[in-house]
Amino acid sequence: MRTSFFTQAVDDALAQAMGEDPDIVVFGEDVPLLRRNLLVRFGPARVRGAPISESAFLGAGVAAAMAGLRPVVELYMVDFLGVCMDALLNHAAKVETFSGGRWSAPVVVRAPCSGGYGDGGQHGQSLWGWLAHIPGLSVVVPSTPADAGGLMLAALRHDGPVVFLEPKLLSETWLEFLGSGGRKTVDYDVPADGAKGSVPDRWEPIPFGRAALRRHGGDVTIVGVGVGVHRAIEAAHALEAEGISADVLDLRTVAPLDRTAVEASVARTGRLLVVDEDYEAFGLSGELSALVLEAGLPCRYGRVCTRTTIPFARHLEDETLPNAERIRAGVRKLMG
Amino acid sequence: MQPDLWTLYAHMLRSRLFEEAVSKLWHDGLVSGEMHLGTGEEAIVAGVVSQLRDGDAMALDHRGTAALLVRGVDPVAILREMLGRPDGLCGGMGGHMHLYSRPDLTASSGIVGAAGPTAAGFALAAQHAGAGAVAVGFFGDGAMNQGMLMESLNLASVWNLPVVFVCKDDGWAITTRSEGMSGADPSERARGLGIPPVEVDGRDVSEVWEAARAAIARARSGGGPSFLRARCVHLEGHFLGFQLKKIADEPFKEMSGMALPLTRSLLRRGGGALRERTAGLKEVLAAVRSTLRDARRDEANDPIRHAREALLAEAGRLKELEDGIEREVGDALEAALEEATP
Repeated sequence: MRTSFFTQAVDDALAQAMGEDPDIVVFGEDVPLLRRNLLVRFGPARVRGAPISESAFLGAGVAAAMAGLRPVVELYMVDFLGVCMDALLNHAAKVETFSGGRWSAPVVVRAPCSGGYGDGGQHGQSLWGWLAHIPGLSVVVPSTPADAGGLMLAALRHDGPVVFLEPKLLSETWLEFLGSGGRKTVDYDVPADGAKGSVPDRWEPIPFGRAALRRHGGDVTIVGVGVGVHRAIEAAHALEAEGISADVLDLRTVAPLDRTAVEASVARTGRLLVVDEDYEAFGLSGELSALVLEAGLPCRYGRVCTRTTIPFARHLEDETLPNAERIRAGVRKLMG
Repeated sequence: MQPDLWTLYAHMLRSRLFEEAVSKLWHDGLVSGEMHLGTGEEAIVAGVVSQLRDGDAMALDHRGTAALLVRGVDPVAILREMLGRPDGLCGGMGGHMHLYSRPDLTASSGIVGAAGPTAAGFALAAQHAGAGAVAVGFFGDGAMNQGMLMESLNLASVWNLPVVFVCKDDGWAITTRSEGMSGADPSERARGLGIPPVEVDGRDVSEVWEAARAAIARARSGGGPSFLRARCVHLEGHFLGFQLKKIADEPFKEMSGMALPLTRSLLRRGGGALRERTAGLKEVLAAVRSTLRDARRDEANDPIRHAREALLAEAGRLKELEDGIEREVGDALEAALEEATP
């Protein structure tokens, strides 16, 4: 074991896979600078910069994947998928069905996501529910360096399109690039266990659709992904003092969803609180409520999500995104 | 008709001092997230925007502050917006990339290329109203590769929209040189879509003003869209804290942090053949070299210095003007930092 930062872990797992599979190529805007360590190891034919033409290079990534490459297509932020959604919505996600199961597009779309560093509502969205809504897409949201590397390896071996999201608050490079710009005068609420942690010497894939139980408790099940998991753990610690013990379940992939893990935990606790940095309406939180209803589990349910466009003002952003205080209040409400 | 260089210089200097104040607030940690300044493009903004009138519209990119100032938007409200205050221009909800001013028909976006469709839409509304209003869209050369912008040029062309597309060409697309990312010249593309391009030195406010005057007149009179390509240099690079600029400013400090992981990756077992690795290293080094020779380091590219030289003959008047603007921006900064009145 060794320790690694979050994005360093993703790059390291990617490098390991690229060393083994010559069909893995990486491209996107500013890739020569952002992935310079991959560039000098694998050369410009496999690691290349792209013009600001997302609809072209993402669409090309989808077709290149169909033709046998394993492209990792980088977007600056998941928000910018708005510019090129067609490639995912109408092409990558449809190939397998349209071809009668004879063809697929194993492209990995790698994009930073989520807020917490005051960059405004066009640069801090999460959007995994919006993506997971589309049949045919896998959506990965790691919360630790170890998961980030292992899930990247799984994404590269997956026989279909994968959106791999990196919460910027956990990413040492994105936070420096977009949040601080090298300043020492700003301070963001970075979950330490998510930003840095121990990782294996050699990466093994972490299978999709398998949640990780981060904390054991009997009274309530708190489910989330990404930064939300860390906020939930923080809240669960505080709730202990009030005599409330919480399961904290990290889904790790939004699609596929680990239904079994959620059901098993909720069957024990009878209470479900969803923590979701993505938008509240028509998303992951509602999906999880449907899950427990369909399973016929008697359950009290609540959710702490992002309800509105994310405000630019830092204090308003902190109130808008799920935080430990809101999570504690949400749990208490379920206990009453 | 001649441009009034005194007025244009005042606009430019006000924009510059204002953005320097913004930079200070950002460095002090009072502004969160990214900060894209427009320092270096003041001549383009002043030369175009100073000729707009009520009813005209603007579609701005992520560096829209100067355009709002020249248009006459309250500087205190803009500063307060960047500070995320409820009494900011947009209630603290937008931030510097998402500045809106409804009375001025002005919208900004942090999505590269979005100024294209927005300018076209504002121009469509102006055409419909038939009162001779126009729309202006500002974007960089990097945005020229964005599909929606190319489509907007075509749309404006076939609908004969009263719009002036202004390409602020600094030769860079974020951290990559545009020449390596663009298959053809921006002006040639505009011509190919039926819009006459005009090339100007974006560091020369008089030149920009003259070209913009003709383009705006053409749009007002129903002559259709124009494409103004104005070359400039962004003095702060893509945004504050820009890595390439830091390398240029302090090569040894910045490179030492990059060198070790680079060397490790270069020598790591598994990966490309020596030829491929060498090519990769060459690309990284070329980027660093071009950064060190970057035009941003040359003060001769500063449009404000350029304009000022023409006014030096009247030193007394110039000093009075500059002192006045400095006071004005200082007062705005002070007012912006005052506690909000309940």
